[in-house]
Amino acid sequence: MSVQTVARRANGRAFGILGKAALYAALFLLACVTLIPFVWMLSSSLKLDQEVFRYPMRWIPETAHWGNYVEIWRKIPLGTYFQNTVAVAAAVTAMQILTSSFAAYAFAKMQFRGRDALFLCYIGTIAVPWQVYMLPQFIMMRNIGLYDTIWALVVLQSFSAFGVFLMRQFYLTIPNELCEAARIDGLSEYGIWARIVLPLAMPAVATLFIFTFVNTWNDYMGPLIYLTRDANKTIQVGLQRFIQSFTSDYHLIMAAALCSLIPVTILFLVMQRYFIEGIATTGLKG
Amino acid sequence: MTASPAAKRKPGKLTRRNTWIAYSFLAPNFLGFFCFTLIPVLFSVALAFLTWNGGSMSRITFAGFGNFATIFKNFNFAKTDLGITLRNTVYYTFFTVPLTIALALALALALNRAGRGAKALRAVFFFPYVSSIVAICMCWRFMMMKTGLINQALAVVGISVNASWTQDKNLAIWSIILVSMWRNAGYYMVMYLAGLQGVPAELYEAATMDGANGWQKFWKVTFPMLTPTTFFVSVMMVINCFKIYDMVAIMTEGGPGRATKMLVNYIYDMSFVSPKYGVASAVAMVLFAIVLTVTVIQFRAEKKWVNYM
Repeated sequence: MSVQTVARRANGRAFGILGKAALYAALFLLACVTLIPFVWMLSSSLKLDQEVFRYPMRWIPETAHWGNYVEIWRKIPLGTYFQNTVAVAAAVTAMQILTSSFAAYAFAKMQFRGRDALFLCYIGTIAVPWQVYMLPQFIMMRNIGLYDTIWALVVLQSFSAFGVFLMRQFYLTIPNELCEAARIDGLSEYGIWARIVLPLAMPAVATLFIFTFVNTWNDYMGPLIYLTRDANKTIQVGLQRFIQSFTSDYHLIMAAALCSLIPVTILFLVMQRYFIEGIATTGLKG
Repeated sequence: MTASPAAKRKPGKLTRRNTWIAYSFLAPNFLGFFCFTLIPVLFSVALAFLTWNGGSMSRITFAGFGNFATIFKNFNFAKTDLGITLRNTVYYTFFTVPLTIALALALALALNRAGRGAKALRAVFFFPYVSSIVAICMCWRFMMMKTGLINQALAVVGISVNASWTQDKNLAIWSIILVSMWRNAGYYMVMYLAGLQGVPAELYEAATMDGANGWQKFWKVTFPMLTPTTFFVSVMMVINCFKIYDMVAIMTEGGPGRATKMLVNYIYDMSFVSPKYGVASAVAMVLFAIVLTVTVIQFRAEKKWVNYM
């Protein structure tokens, strides 16, 4: 921060009050452009279908049809979709955090034969796009009878190499002296993980939590491949079905789309620090 | 080092026990990783050399390089499936990467100068990145319809577009480029903001004393100092661009015709629509080869740049 302040002061002369005003005006304009689709979504979701494309467009509907938000629950099994999505996202996130934080301990704080080779293996697969091996995964899932169940998604997404990598990077910043001291005091390796390393790594856990939850919630291609029956669908593919069967009910589609954004939006507002700083420090893909 | 000194001196029982403890830490994750990631990765390579149309396993035959011969046969950027999807993906990448970088960098520079409200604005710009692709792509698709918001807004400034963006031969791919810029700029902005923190203030002081103006400071100080960030960001973005699927599936469904069909659409069709597993995996190998090349270039160049940072 102080670096930034100094830099700003250094620039101060060339950058007067007028410049500052122009800067804020530009930023404000860009923020508006960024948010317009969401506002449009909200506005359209409160209209009647023929109103959505009326010229000129009205941002505030003549009468707000809040009933649209009731109707969508009757038209498609939105409740089922939400339940399934919550189930998948919660299971995947819990498994990710548990297995990744556990495995990362061995990579970061222990010595054993084959460690570096194994870690290279993990890193290597991060570099392979999932689209390259989605078909073999699909064949495998079909053969073990998990096709068209949400278990297929849970099983496939619970053990990512990315989670291990993220946790390991954070563990490396925890001083080894802490672990050594605990070992001398007679704590087992499991004890050190549970009582010292994991509690110190809570920021990384928070980052992994929000990354995984948001990604799983928003995942479209996985459910598209695996889920066919309505009772099993997640919200993303459910929305897709909605648009296919009620093509011109724009107002209802927008209402459902907006509903699908709510959980992640709340999570983002509460935890955005971990999300944004997680990206800035690890600099890695979502 | 992490092992206790005693363990180092005596590579006997203790080391062995330690190794087993380490394995027990790894096991839960590794078993899942091994079965559901590592094996499929290896399997995908094997699949590219087999002929299999999705039926029973007894119908599998060895194809040698036959699948590659199939996809590269009469290769033509305007006609064959691989040619068209490659061309579309490269076109999309070629425009998306520099445009998104310019936007992300501009946002980061502006935010870095803004004092009050910078954090809130940062969250606003980042927000599209966390919102679901399905919801926002449907919204954009509607807004880009013939009488939609975008065309109405363009009409106000005197540009008349008399078509739905996602259904027009030439505009369709641009609708995807624009939406992906809108969605991803905030994400890369965050990386640039981190990069800007690393530019030493003394450089600006020195530049000011030498009488440099804002423009000169940007081109002579900020931009060169951000080269590692720019490089990292562009490599990541190129890789992500080659993996595009969701946006296309929702906004244009690859159309009109094959105008926005991407490499992954091709893999998807060959895998799940009209199954030719061998062909699908051969195309997947092409995608893999491209991504691997980009990754190797990054790895090499990063080593070179460590000295400068």
